[in-house]
Amino acid sequence: MLLEFEKPIVELESRIAEMKATAAERGLDLADSIKAIEDNLVKLKKDTYSRLTRWQRVQLSRHPDRPYTLDYIQTISSKFIELYGDRNVKDDKAMVGGIGEINGEPVMFIGHQKGRNTKQRQYRNFGMANPEGYRKALRLMKMAEKFNLPIVTLIDTPGAFPGMEAEERGQGEAIARNIRDMFMLKVPVICIVIGEGASGGALGIAIGDKVMMLEYTWYSVISPESCSSILWRSWDFKQQAAEALKLTAKDMEKFGLIDEIIKEPLGGAHIDPLSMAKKLKKVIHDTIIELKAQSADERIEKRIEKFSAMGVVNE
Amino acid sequence: MAWFNRAEKKGVTTPTELKREAPDGLWYKCAECKTVILTKAHQDNAYTCPTCNYHEKIGSKEYFELLFDNNEFTELDATLTSADPLEFTDTKPYPDRVKASIKKTGLNDAVRSGYGKVNGAYLVVACMDFSFIGGSMGSVVGEKIARAIDFARLHQIPFMMISKSGGARMMEAGYSLMQMAKTSAKLALLAEAKVPYISLLTDPTTGGVTASYAMLGDFNIAEPKSLIGFAGPRVIRETIGKDLPDGFQSAEFVLEHGFLDFIVDRKELKDKVADLLSMITKHLTVQGI
Ligand SMILES: [Zn+2]
Repeated sequence: MLLEFEKPIVELESRIAEMKATAAERGLDLADSIKAIEDNLVKLKKDTYSRLTRWQRVQLSRHPDRPYTLDYIQTISSKFIELYGDRNVKDDKAMVGGIGEINGEPVMFIGHQKGRNTKQRQYRNFGMANPEGYRKALRLMKMAEKFNLPIVTLIDTPGAFPGMEAEERGQGEAIARNIRDMFMLKVPVICIVIGEGASGGALGIAIGDKVMMLEYTWYSVISPESCSSILWRSWDFKQQAAEALKLTAKDMEKFGLIDEIIKEPLGGAHIDPLSMAKKLKKVIHDTIIELKAQSADERIEKRIEKFSAMGVVNE
Repeated sequence: MAWFNRAEKKGVTTPTELKREAPDGLWYKCAECKTVILTKAHQDNAYTCPTCNYHEKIGSKEYFELLFDNNEFTELDATLTSADPLEFTDTKPYPDRVKASIKKTGLNDAVRSGYGKVNGAYLVVACMDFSFIGGSMGSVVGEKIARAIDFARLHQIPFMMISKSGGARMMEAGYSLMQMAKTSAKLALLAEAKVPYISLLTDPTTGGVTASYAMLGDFNIAEPKSLIGFAGPRVIRETIGKDLPDGFQSAEFVLEHGFLDFIVDRKELKDKVADLLSMITKHLTVQGI
């Protein structure tokens, strides 16, 4: 699937491929013409991706080819063993977790999981976790604390699931408890938004010593669509809502609401998932080393201080 | 049924000629059962209906008056007002909405906090005002609650939060979201210090407030029939594509599902809170007041 602004790029790419094929077939020397178009392509890409609107970034964050949580975990860690269940109600397929190694160091991975085709999307409930998902996540975090494993959470959700059973089982309570208890975890916690970071559903696994966002992701209190429907009383103002919410990685870093942006390959993580995963692996590895240099008390104190400083008021 | 209702309400209804003569604001009409009583009598009944026990939606002014002995309390951080860090504009600029709300309500934002004595023992109370932009949580709400919790911890005084909110303040976007984190961090410290926290959920308590401080009490308590939930009923209806059963997300429903310690009639709120705290604060000595 292609987004509108990806189309001209892909058109140029296929033209280059055609010319190369023609050149080879007929033994022609088209090197100069091909070079010229390739230069154009580089320029077009840089141009397109440096001038993305906020809404276009939201679209990229939801790109159907984008790598999801398990794609990353399986690429960057070895010996990964997935762990299921909240020990209470059931196993939530929208929230996954388990233990794996990064460069020989064991890590507890936790993250929202989306599905790629219709069947998988339903199976994963579109990445919208129920209370048992948040309780499963917390169970794994406490386990990580017990065995002294650093925690890495990957955030990619359009929101916590707004269903009847979710309410019956205390969606609000589950998220609230996670947020509070994550502040007191004695092990390093790294949180990375890899796609969509919508509201409490995202925050429920996003309290960390380092909170980072991939370049083409968004993180805010509400999706542009829902914001449009509430404030403009229509679904048609999602572009304006995205601009108003200032929900991109760049915005969030500027506001001091996240710690770092992780650059993506030109065009987005889905263009080159392997190099994205490698980069992620390096960032996680380096950050764990950095965080391990501090004591647990230091980390907890800084974690609390960081979030306590968030907000702007007139005194 | 009309004659029966009228008979049942005897003693609280008022002759028509009296109503006509009375100045505006002297009479209160119950939104549920339409019983009309003197405003003063309604107020003396903790703003609940003597006929059907409907708990009228009230704000911080009324809760403080109901809780604090002789309505004596010291307000904290009263002057904090909202900034506009995102320069947010939807159909109108955010600062205009704030200004209009301040003018309309006489409040500075959607929460007020203070400390005073409740049946002789100190209590820190933060109370939300729904009348201010739907009781939405922005930086001011988060910051005032955070400071009130810090105040409670430093002075070893129990903390009570009265929630009434539609959720996040969209016009503060990311900042609004992080208020859930900030307030929960402060509650983690309060819990560690073993200072009790009572969370009273009132009608309505939804969204980010439910998914943070409102559900984190040592005691989560609620007023009867309050709407309490994470997702609002409209969103759930749209998601599942059918109507919700009666009483879904009511305080009684939330109690049955195990997320509330008890439901409290507002007329008994003060005594019940004071009694409960008196039994669990023997290890605390108020500091520096
Ligand atoms: Zn009534």
